[in-house]
Amino acid sequence: MADVVLQSITKRFGRVTALDGVSFDIKDGEFFVLLGPTGAGKTTTLRVIAGLEKQDGGSVLFDRAPADALSPADRDVAFVFQQYSLYPTMSVYDNLAFPLRSPMRKTPEAEIKQRVAEVAEKLRITHLIERKTAHLSGGEMQRVSLGRALVRNPRIYLMDEPLSNLDAKLREALRVELKHLQKVQHSTTLFVTHDQVEALTMADRIAVLREGRIVQMGTPQDIYDRPATTFVAQLVGTPRINLLGATCANGAVTISDSPLSVPAQNNLPSSLTLGVRPEDVQPQAEGEFEGRVALVEPLGVETVVHIIVGGQTLTSMVPGMSPLRRGDEVRFHIAREHLHFFAPDGGRIV
Amino acid sequence: MATIELRQVEKKFGDLHAVKPLDLTILDGEFMVLLGPSGCGKTTTLRMIAGLETVTSGMIVLNGQDVTRRPSRERDIAMVFQFFALYPHMTVRENIAFPLQAKGEKREVIQQRVADVVRLLDIESLLNFRPGALSGGDRQRVALARALVRRPAAFMMDEPLGALDADFRETMRAEIKKLHLAQNATTVYVTHDQIEAMAMGDRIVVMSNAVVQQIGTPAQVYHDPANLFVARFIGSPGMNLIKGRYADGVIQMPGDNRYPVPDKWQGTLAGLAGGDVIVGFRPEAARVDGTGPLTAQVYADDLHGSFTILHIALQEGETILHARASRETLYPIGTPIRFDLDPDRVRFFDPRTEAALPPGK
Repeated sequence: MADVVLQSITKRFGRVTALDGVSFDIKDGEFFVLLGPTGAGKTTTLRVIAGLEKQDGGSVLFDRAPADALSPADRDVAFVFQQYSLYPTMSVYDNLAFPLRSPMRKTPEAEIKQRVAEVAEKLRITHLIERKTAHLSGGEMQRVSLGRALVRNPRIYLMDEPLSNLDAKLREALRVELKHLQKVQHSTTLFVTHDQVEALTMADRIAVLREGRIVQMGTPQDIYDRPATTFVAQLVGTPRINLLGATCANGAVTISDSPLSVPAQNNLPSSLTLGVRPEDVQPQAEGEFEGRVALVEPLGVETVVHIIVGGQTLTSMVPGMSPLRRGDEVRFHIAREHLHFFAPDGGRIV
Repeated sequence: MATIELRQVEKKFGDLHAVKPLDLTILDGEFMVLLGPSGCGKTTTLRMIAGLETVTSGMIVLNGQDVTRRPSRERDIAMVFQFFALYPHMTVRENIAFPLQAKGEKREVIQQRVADVVRLLDIESLLNFRPGALSGGDRQRVALARALVRRPAAFMMDEPLGALDADFRETMRAEIKKLHLAQNATTVYVTHDQIEAMAMGDRIVVMSNAVVQQIGTPAQVYHDPANLFVARFIGSPGMNLIKGRYADGVIQMPGDNRYPVPDKWQGTLAGLAGGDVIVGFRPEAARVDGTGPLTAQVYADDLHGSFTILHIALQEGETILHARASRETLYPIGTPIRFDLDPDRVRFFDPRTEAALPPGK
């Protein structure tokens, strides 16, 4: 395993700039997640690291040595794709053994056997080892795909939305196993996803990518608690953060089109956006604000309550099953210590 | 408006049961969700109600009238499909007006109804565009408008949000539900997404393998699942289920764990032949606080924004269980933890029948 550094990577396709000065460093043994919507440049970043795409500017370093001149084969990275790229006519064993049998590696057959057995055990596919991969379920196939990457000991694992094609329960199960394995093996991993739950739950650190640029980098806690822009604020958290237009005057921030107002901190512009996470809007008898319940969504573990205040609708998340009903008048509290303030351009105001 | 009754409704394709005999009453104005994995029979059930599929046996009653043999067009039911079934060569206005024109409504009536429905859905600005120029969400709104404009007795919705991305689904989910509340039209809604079912349904019909597993409110299917299938299917993650053996007031579980059974369940469990039982609890019913009779090791811990989900095993190699914990404590892999179960929220199942056991008095 190795540490991997990207220094101001720029990549253009014709007139389109796919990556615009992307820099980050993945530490040895780190689980690093690139999070962003479709078209943000996530996959291009992976392909540049793997050497499958040549950057127009900047440098990739493995263990502090430039890798730009290395061919993809010499970079020694292992890829896992969203689509399972397995050989359907081969057994699971032969699929897992394939990367080790490459003429470049010349691994002795006894060692191959042992490594395949270890990986199969870790991924709980030992019972499938003799089967042809064409006869496996989607979840089993993705385990084998992961296994084929894990059987090697490359510099870095590059994973491109490997869980996206699986159904919700399977995705959750595999997500946990992947994270557990990564932590136990201390493998350096770059994991690309558009799914904020995957990013928050798996990452040591997250880089949020938008239109070829990194807008924020930090631990999942940083990204969730201190989103750098309104874009990041909306990208992470379910239900989505409330973003409310507001004005600041005479020491108070007043939310547009509503009677809601909170004390202003210093240095706020006269026009701004206020961000309030749904868990920071809490119905309670002695709450300082008043509204009317527009909709109640009971999700079991928690309930999402939509509260109308003036011309605004706030989303609130309360634990368990809420006794509130549509049309109820409700008093609620807003946790002032967790408010987020954003400038008109979307940037966070510290 | 409509009440819909299914009496012993059954559907077979050859020898294969798509839906086994099913009884269901949908009340006037109710939002009823048919929930289950693909192939469970939920869409076939919806199509039988709409008249798009014949029944093999049984009776469908709409507003007290037997409509079992009536064709779809005589049932006054509107379908909303997952795909955007809009006419690409027509404008949004023409698309929405189309069902009324087909019925031969007067021009003024059509104009008024189209105006009402576009205001309700907030799509007035789109009227002169063609569907090709719209975003996925706007197309879905237009499809909804076209269904709403007819003012049918009931709506049948077949995974209408399935094609949307996660963010937008959340928004549209609330919009559809608000529309329902505004119009109060009887709605049958098919989905495989349990979160959607919980958030939207007045009641939920959980189906699996052509059989109804449970009919209940979101609170009922969540807190009191009728069987192991419902316990696993509802919730994200699903209910934790641990195999154990009951004797003398205590359940023996993996990892040398001994769980003292709450008093009100003692009578029920004492009556179990052999004592084999499955203990069930939701992740938030586990109290991880350093005390408690149960012990486990942390397998992984996940930050979910405002809280943490701990993945734990009672002993190595055992099923992974989930416990909800606060963000304040860190739980590295391998950390031993102690926990207790909220006595009001623990449930028990018979491993042979997979059915939930009833609490004692």
